[in-house]
Amino acid sequence: MSKSMNKFAVTALVIWAALSLAGCAGQGPWGKKYESGAKQPGTEQGAQQGKGAGKEGEERHGAELGGTFKGSPLDNPDSPLSKRTFYFDFDSSQVKSADREIIAAHGRYLADHPKLSVVVEGHTDERGSREYNMALGQRRAESVAQILYLQGAAKKQVQVISFGEERPVALGHDEAAWRLNRRVELLYSGNE
Amino acid sequence: MKRLIVSCLLLMLAAVGPARAELTIQVTGYVKGASPIAIVPFGWKGAKAPPQDLAAIIAADLHRSGRFQPLADKDLVAKPHQASQVDYGDWRKLDVDNLVVGQLDRLADGRYQAQFQLLDVATGKQLAGYSITSPAANLRQTAHQISDIIYQTLTGERGAFDTHIAYVTVVRANNGKPTYRLAVADADGHNEQVIYDSPQPILSPAWSPDGRRLAYVSFATGRPAIYIQNIVTQKTEKLAAYPGLNNAPAFSPDGKRLALTLSKDGNAEIYVMDLATKALHRITHSSAIDTEAAWMPDGKSLVFTSDRGGSPQLYQIGVGADGPRGRAHRLTFDGNYNARATVSPDGKKVAMIHRTNGAFRIGVLDLAQGYLQVLTDSRMDESPSFSPNGSMIIYASQKGGRGVLQVVSVDGRVHQSLSLRGGGVREPAWSPFKN
Repeated sequence: MSKSMNKFAVTALVIWAALSLAGCAGQGPWGKKYESGAKQPGTEQGAQQGKGAGKEGEERHGAELGGTFKGSPLDNPDSPLSKRTFYFDFDSSQVKSADREIIAAHGRYLADHPKLSVVVEGHTDERGSREYNMALGQRRAESVAQILYLQGAAKKQVQVISFGEERPVALGHDEAAWRLNRRVELLYSGNE
Repeated sequence: MKRLIVSCLLLMLAAVGPARAELTIQVTGYVKGASPIAIVPFGWKGAKAPPQDLAAIIAADLHRSGRFQPLADKDLVAKPHQASQVDYGDWRKLDVDNLVVGQLDRLADGRYQAQFQLLDVATGKQLAGYSITSPAANLRQTAHQISDIIYQTLTGERGAFDTHIAYVTVVRANNGKPTYRLAVADADGHNEQVIYDSPQPILSPAWSPDGRRLAYVSFATGRPAIYIQNIVTQKTEKLAAYPGLNNAPAFSPDGKRLALTLSKDGNAEIYVMDLATKALHRITHSSAIDTEAAWMPDGKSLVFTSDRGGSPQLYQIGVGADGPRGRAHRLTFDGNYNARATVSPDGKKVAMIHRTNGAFRIGVLDLAQGYLQVLTDSRMDESPSFSPNGSMIIYASQKGGRGVLQVVSVDGRVHQSLSLRGGGVREPAWSPFKN
């Protein structure tokens, strides 16, 4: 469990740093594994090869045309699939229009890879009632899951869990923290 | 204004520490309308200090109720230990209504005998007098029992000091790993006993009406499930682990049914489970969130949270043997966030989380008058729970980013922090009476 918590802390830091640098709620974490269940994911292979492609040097080479990322698109920062955290307004479970197409891409990816499965985790900020937040987190996750289903993801590939306000990624008590905690995370597992 | 001063002092004192806070609350807790009472330190013949300061525990209990104003130790003009030693003239000058005197003795068999007398200062008559024998470990309970006798004698209402609270604590280790604990303690926060712990979230403890079992939600398997645990025997039963939500358990007043929230049929809906047969009856049918059911004392209807009107509000719906009776009707109309209802034992009031000016506070709705009173004044107040006599509400709040438990008298006049040891505390649930 301590490993998972370290990962948790690192993930929180990565999100925080990304937001600080980019100044927007853009990229979610890459390659985060789902560890709270028994299933072990296998989606990180290939990321390192990908990084080595396309480097320039003094020697002459044949040109490489276009992206040559060879790993999983889940780990390709240029792929919409690398975004797996989606944020929500207070007391809202409406998916933001900018996220809708990205979630749809996840749905198509799942439809194309029936051996993959995904846990859709719904979360809220700390304000208000814990049990209402459980239901709100569930509804947020269901909103995302519905888009996955529409694109052909099978119900058995998708598991929806709400943690309500119990698993914040940012531990502050102000809007800067709350906006990061009102989220749905996609956690992949299985083989492509 | 006076209430504000008291609250500020209490806030400052809470940071100093529990023992000192209790002592000094008596000095500063001037409350209009509270009856002045002198509780003289109990006589004690031992060479060392007595195992418990009964008078201090009794004074803290009575003060917390909002109905009494115990005199500060320095204002005690005399320290008699029995009625025959009392000069009533001394106490009349102080405008004290009542006087409590007593004696604590260690018996030959190692147990302790506490004797006390409750006296009426105006008439010089004894209103109550008892002798209670207990082992040293139970002396705090003895003090709470004395508080209950005093409270009932003077107010005509049953005291709720010798009761328990359940709550959840969260402590994070240095590596960030949390440990969640479900604990039971005396109603004043002392004598904590952990009955369940887990690295995964625990929430929503709910007492059975016999005070022997707790229903709660645990994520021990990685997802929510509802359990019922016998507090004494530890025997635990997993009651609900359907796909999706398994949340917000609430025992019916007769203990035979459990209201709960499930999303197995699409979205958050309220169901009632027959605990003998495990048969489920769906109560709500809406596309909105319906959750946090609380039983009315007659067991014939539920108050619950729903956002079917666009924002979370409280509704009430009748419950029959196998489903709803009639349609839900809305109870709250003040503000855009009213959630987590708890019903007073007489069924006349509903306490809730009420949002006002962006702050989440504890509100109390008078069902007959339709009038909502806000009892608290911080930003993150939640999980209200009535004492079994309905005179106090315990709730969770935050101080310095940490979860704390607060008690407020139901009229909003007296606020007190409970002295619980380190870590975040949340989700208090006040037990029923012991019998």
